[in-house]
Amino acid sequence: MSEELHRIRLSVNGVTREVELPARRLLSDALRHDLGLTGTHVGCEHGVCGACTVLVDGQPVRACLMFAVSAVDTEITTVEGLTREDGSLGPVQQAFAECHGLQCGFCTPGFLTTVTACLRENPHPSHDEAREMVAGNLCRCTGYQNIVKAVERAAELADPQHPDGQRPVGQQPDAPVEVQR
Amino acid sequence: MTTKLMGQKVQRTEDQRFLRGQGRYVDDVHADPSTLHAAVLRSPHAHARILDIDMSDVLDVEGVHVVWTYEDLGPLSPEMAEPLPLLIPHPDLTQGRTQYALARDEVNYVGEAVAFVVAEDRYIAEDALDKIKVTWEVLPAVVGIEASRAAEHLVHDDVPGNVGARSEQNTGDVAAALARAPHRLHLELDIERSACTPLEGRGTVARWDADTNRLQVWTSTQTSTGVRAAVAVKLGLDLGQVDVITPDVGGGFGVKVMHPWPEELLVPLAARLLGRTVKFTEDRREHFISSAHERGQVQHIDVGFDDDGRIIGLDVMFWHDHGAYTPYGLIVPIITSTQLLGPYKPEVYRVVFESIYTNTVIVTPYRGAGRPQGCFAMERTMDKIAAYLGKDRTEVRAANFIQPDEFPFDQGLIFQDGRELEYDSGDYPASLVKLKKLIGWEEFPALREKMAAEGRTVGIGLACYVEGTGVGPYEGAHVHIETSGKVKVATGLTTQGQGHATVFAQLVADELGVRFEDVEVVTGDTRRMPYAVGTFASRAAVMSGSAIHLAAKRAKEKALRIAADALEVDEADLEIVDGVVQVKGSPGTRMDLGTVAVLSNPLRYAFDEASKAATQFAVGDPGKPPVAEDDEPGLEGKDFYSPQRATFASGMHAAIVETDPDTAEVTILKYAVVHDCGHLINPMIVEGQIHGGVAQGIGGALYERMAYDPSGQLLNASFMDFLMPYVTEIPDGIDIDHLETPSPLNPLGIKGAGEAGVIPVSAVVAAAIEDAEGFPITAMPISPSDLHTLRQEHTP
Ligand code: FES
Ligand code: FES
Repeated sequence: MSEELHRIRLSVNGVTREVELPARRLLSDALRHDLGLTGTHVGCEHGVCGACTVLVDGQPVRACLMFAVSAVDTEITTVEGLTREDGSLGPVQQAFAECHGLQCGFCTPGFLTTVTACLRENPHPSHDEAREMVAGNLCRCTGYQNIVKAVERAAELADPQHPDGQRPVGQQPDAPVEVQR
Repeated sequence: MTTKLMGQKVQRTEDQRFLRGQGRYVDDVHADPSTLHAAVLRSPHAHARILDIDMSDVLDVEGVHVVWTYEDLGPLSPEMAEPLPLLIPHPDLTQGRTQYALARDEVNYVGEAVAFVVAEDRYIAEDALDKIKVTWEVLPAVVGIEASRAAEHLVHDDVPGNVGARSEQNTGDVAAALARAPHRLHLELDIERSACTPLEGRGTVARWDADTNRLQVWTSTQTSTGVRAAVAVKLGLDLGQVDVITPDVGGGFGVKVMHPWPEELLVPLAARLLGRTVKFTEDRREHFISSAHERGQVQHIDVGFDDDGRIIGLDVMFWHDHGAYTPYGLIVPIITSTQLLGPYKPEVYRVVFESIYTNTVIVTPYRGAGRPQGCFAMERTMDKIAAYLGKDRTEVRAANFIQPDEFPFDQGLIFQDGRELEYDSGDYPASLVKLKKLIGWEEFPALREKMAAEGRTVGIGLACYVEGTGVGPYEGAHVHIETSGKVKVATGLTTQGQGHATVFAQLVADELGVRFEDVEVVTGDTRRMPYAVGTFASRAAVMSGSAIHLAAKRAKEKALRIAADALEVDEADLEIVDGVVQVKGSPGTRMDLGTVAVLSNPLRYAFDEASKAATQFAVGDPGKPPVAEDDEPGLEGKDFYSPQRATFASGMHAAIVETDPDTAEVTILKYAVVHDCGHLINPMIVEGQIHGGVAQGIGGALYERMAYDPSGQLLNASFMDFLMPYVTEIPDGIDIDHLETPSPLNPLGIKGAGEAGVIPVSAVVAAAIEDAEGFPITAMPISPSDLHTLRQEHTP
């Protein structure tokens, strides 16, 4: 009773990869186990926690609710794809670091992808809108206070009009003592 | 000059990895197609006998490598056929019971492991589970404290009355104390089950290396050394053949301190047998029905007090639902029974508890570990006394406080670690002053009036707690200064998001005088530090923090000794600044720490320019042995910290809540925390811990409950049905103020901070709802429909 396998191409973070998978393979499993992109986490496998959120054609999608075969012909972005080309952190990542928006880090990739997409839609969220942006993701560690701060900070960092938006990453005022490894 | 990092908001170093998707959680290890995957068949019944297991359809499923039931274990390892260990045997636990790695002939909760499959991937392993046919004889299930106490049916045939343990402590004749008190009250207070529910469930990966005859286990645990010992015993291996590595852990909150889970034994056993890497990753439903819960208690209180509200006699009896087995002993109810007293000193206290069996998932500590229940009991009692006497609630508390000049204060009880319950330091009156200010206690009546004019109902509540943190027995640390000047630090306890890599590096940088960025910390790897206990009971900062501080001191002493020799100056004249040893006041005479490390190790061979300086031709006195008799090569420091007793952190929370007149929805408008964990290492991380704790407390107060039906099925075993707070359920802003009463018990004056946030929340929210609604709140959590029902009952 061996399963029928499908040879498919997945385009992830700008790279096209070919894999052979059964039709029932979840996108989250395909990313993690077949492509080795373990940054996308699985917290519930039933679409509630948001840890597995990736961007599919720019839209946040729960990778545990999508089959890998149905992601063919899309552009997928995972947390690994949020870092800048030069290896430095993107604005949302940087904001989470500055604001202590993460503890165990397990929910973090899902927050980062979600916030990235939301800020693209609405680059200048009000405080309530910032809260709403993360209202579909569960975090068991942080109590969300600093995650909301991080959303607001990310908006500043991504904004070319904001003074911090022009500064090189890692040289922001008010940031906690910063140490680069 | 290096600035001192203790007390500073240092940004976390571990974040870089997490933010880039480079965290390494257990399921990320060996994430390649050659790894085999395990799945577990779990009991669908809460109480049943296994009559037959038919596996004839399974073995020929393509891609299946192993299918085991209980019968298969003994032949593989005799110890595996024995029950799992009872980790914390307490003399009062007269009827301790533990399960088997795979159920032998009876199951006692829905979710108990029955069969184990290893296959090419998890999908195929789960297909195989579907083909196992078990014939059951279903037995009556005992669900809930009431049914367990009624004992019409027994969970274990040989445990009379379903009572696993009965325990009593007292500080005098409570009956006499109650009799002489001018006023007396009785309260009955219930708390339901909740659970840790970290976002990453349990997981274990194992690999047997036949070339070296060694087993390597990665597991998502709070105690690598505990798992190591359990695996070695159960698989019949020497401790020295087993390495346990705990990589990044996606939250623990207590549940991951239980060990060994059946899977932590079955996975290594399969890996050894098959010679392949085997992985088990728990799914969310499994986490709900087969890991552990906590909190379920029914508590009865009799209290006698004087006209000022001073407690003369406090008599507490409670029943603790520990589920189907007792692997973690009586830790939770012991903590409730002792920590219930909080910052107060009743003249006489007696507590009796029964820890009882039910056909539900086992109980192990969940963040706060029995304290939220105890705090609920004590603080509801304080409120009731205040209401009875018509006094302000803060006044009654103040009348009962242990005073700042009374420390150390011996409560006359034995704590969870078998030591006296002696508080080391604190200043409760000062905390209360801060809290009243932070929440606006005095201004609240005006706010209430203003809100009432708008047709809104609000209430205010507060609660105080004391938390025994930093319990022993010990932790250790190893500090190694490399010839590059980089410092590698290892401590054996584990990390689940508390920022250990950062706070421990802060301590080392301060003590050793090196740059923070040159310090790298490893936790939870038995190869690097084989002696350790684990991360629980808010003990990491106190225990490993102190050990690391001491180890760094030793490394520093050695560095100064070697440098003094090389520079031909007096040791006392040297200091280390930014990784350079220099003569105080004359920084021209200096030597990099890396160079000192080179000199510390007399070499026969030169590997590079630096090591040339340390060969036998270059260093040492030809008249003496290259390594002195009482010395050893290398620039290292190792030390252990083992305290006499626990430290006692404390705090107070207050909240203003609004209750909706129509929907009975409860909204927290304002939340304030005053917190005292002694000296802070990193205030940013401490505040993060408090935020997270408060959020978990709010979950426990308003949303989370384990909805078992009478047959023992957990009806809400998913995130869809078990309501964990999203950002929308947590107040926008939690006000925090700190007090620092240093602990005299450790060199850094610190106390633990991990659990504080969660402890008083249910008590605070209950008090505030009671204040808003005007009728007693005696059971938590409280849902809108619960509140609605209470309103009906209290409508005249
Ligand atoms: S893992 Fe996909 S939403 Fe939780
Ligand atoms: S940081 Fe641990 S779950 Fe969010």
